[in-house]
Amino acid sequence: MSTKIAVLSGKGGTGKTTIAVNLAYILSKEISVQLLDADVEEPNSHLYFNFKDEMREEKVSLMIPKVDPEKCTKCGLCGQECQFGAINVYDSGVLVFKNLCHGCGVCSLVCPENAIQDVPKELGVLRFNKVENELSFGEGILNVGEISGVKVISKLKQNYDSSDVIIIDSPPGSSCPVVETLRGIDHALVVTEDSAFGLHDMETVITILREMGISYSIVINKYRDDSKNDKHTHIFEKKYSNSIALKIPLDKKIANLHSKGQLFVKEFPKISDQFRDLFNKIIREKRHV
Amino acid sequence: MKTKQIAIISGKGGTGKTTLAGSLSVLFNNHIIADCDVDSSNMHLILKPKINETKQYKAGHKAEINESKCVGCGKCQQVCRYNAIYKKENGKYSVDSFACEGCKACVLVCPKKAVDFVLNHPGDYFISETKYGPFIHAELKPGEEMSGGLVAQVRKQALKMAVDERKAFVIIDGAPGIGCPATSSLTGTDYAILVTEPTVSGIHDMERMMEVIKHFKIPFSIVINRYDMNIEKSVEIEEFCQKDNISVLGKIVFDEKVNIANSNEMPVVKLHDSKAAEAIQSIFKKLKDELTL
Repeated sequence: MSTKIAVLSGKGGTGKTTIAVNLAYILSKEISVQLLDADVEEPNSHLYFNFKDEMREEKVSLMIPKVDPEKCTKCGLCGQECQFGAINVYDSGVLVFKNLCHGCGVCSLVCPENAIQDVPKELGVLRFNKVENELSFGEGILNVGEISGVKVISKLKQNYDSSDVIIIDSPPGSSCPVVETLRGIDHALVVTEDSAFGLHDMETVITILREMGISYSIVINKYRDDSKNDKHTHIFEKKYSNSIALKIPLDKKIANLHSKGQLFVKEFPKISDQFRDLFNKIIREKRHV
Repeated sequence: MKTKQIAIISGKGGTGKTTLAGSLSVLFNNHIIADCDVDSSNMHLILKPKINETKQYKAGHKAEINESKCVGCGKCQQVCRYNAIYKKENGKYSVDSFACEGCKACVLVCPKKAVDFVLNHPGDYFISETKYGPFIHAELKPGEEMSGGLVAQVRKQALKMAVDERKAFVIIDGAPGIGCPATSSLTGTDYAILVTEPTVSGIHDMERMMEVIKHFKIPFSIVINRYDMNIEKSVEIEEFCQKDNISVLGKIVFDEKVNIANSNEMPVVKLHDSKAAEAIQSIFKKLKDELTL
């Protein structure tokens, strides 16, 4: 069975995508890898690859209510029970606010006249492709104007293939989309940066991982030698030294390659080796568990 | 005089929203500061607030199954569209509160009235004093939804205080992304600054964010952070803006002193001899001109 690794961070811009795309590429030289981009509000992983074919697309929809005015008696029950203010009954008829609807189905559940039907509304799209034989790719894209990507993430995750390892590029933050991404994951790589902000947001994410019982290791990105005496460095070392698996230096060349949409590991063999070691360690620990 | 709300947003995370918002908070006078990145709030680290009041944010509900009343019929599980209800080994059902969206379907179908519908407490928000002005920030509990609602609450509190205390501005550090927290940071503001960086991802996310801002018809301008990290991409952004008639408010040079400021948890603009601090000063000047137009 595939090993599922989520790459996440809390804080945005620490290098989740950098780590996810480079790790996926380097591992695919030896084993089969599927890279899934679950940062559906701002998916970026696709920018780092040249794809073999056209993207295969699949729409993601939410089932929202459609009211049959012939059957509706305007009793108002649907509006009373909707928790999201998404359906409102007026003398002139029933109004559905599509953007507020969570697609829960309560309105049709309570309608005594059977006047409410579920109809699909497009939320976003999934796209799939192959980079190389051993590296497959998938991403979820939330349509602009939609408020929640949770459904797109859960649909994306129904598309695991039979690769040896599945790497998921997670959304930033620590709210429900992150939890959705983490369900059923074997191990989390927490990418943080060498700053007080990075530390603060990493700690929030680690709270979730502990609560969900998911093992994790920490990658400190943009590591600087001159931060040795900083307060946040002391906390990293004191509280998390056992979990810190890798430190990637702040390097203008890495930043520049990444800014152009290139995979930096191709030019940093030492970091490639460190990625392989990190993965082997995760596998050993998974067997151990 | 109407209070002007100014949002600093980005789409992509880590482009330097908080760095810029933290410094603008120092430069503005007569303002309230609001940190709307409630998932990963960082402004308090640099502004060092003295918290005067903590308020509970209560919103939405979660279902909880009372095991002693549950007969294991499974009707709740059948209607739940979020896979939030699972069967336990003893044959009774339970709710995964992370997955529950509080829609009430299970409560409505349970024949034994075994499902309680409990008011949720997704986080808290704080009213503080800082050296640079009053400050509102929040903490969403890890894994919670309703972050958009909490953002709205922070905004409401900040605006109320601004009106009560006759403040001219609310400076908003926005949430990343294009979803609910990001749009809640943006709706109804008077001006937005979109911070981007010269990378393929920075540009991609900037373009998506522009669609959102245009949808709300909010006047906005661009700041390119670390612009010299990739000059070609910066030029690409500038050309894009020129073509679309969008003003570039400023460009901030990659300056290692920014890391030092962030490490020492201080606003960048307080640095001496810093190119980034100078750039932010000039952004502030241009911003004031834009706002008086």
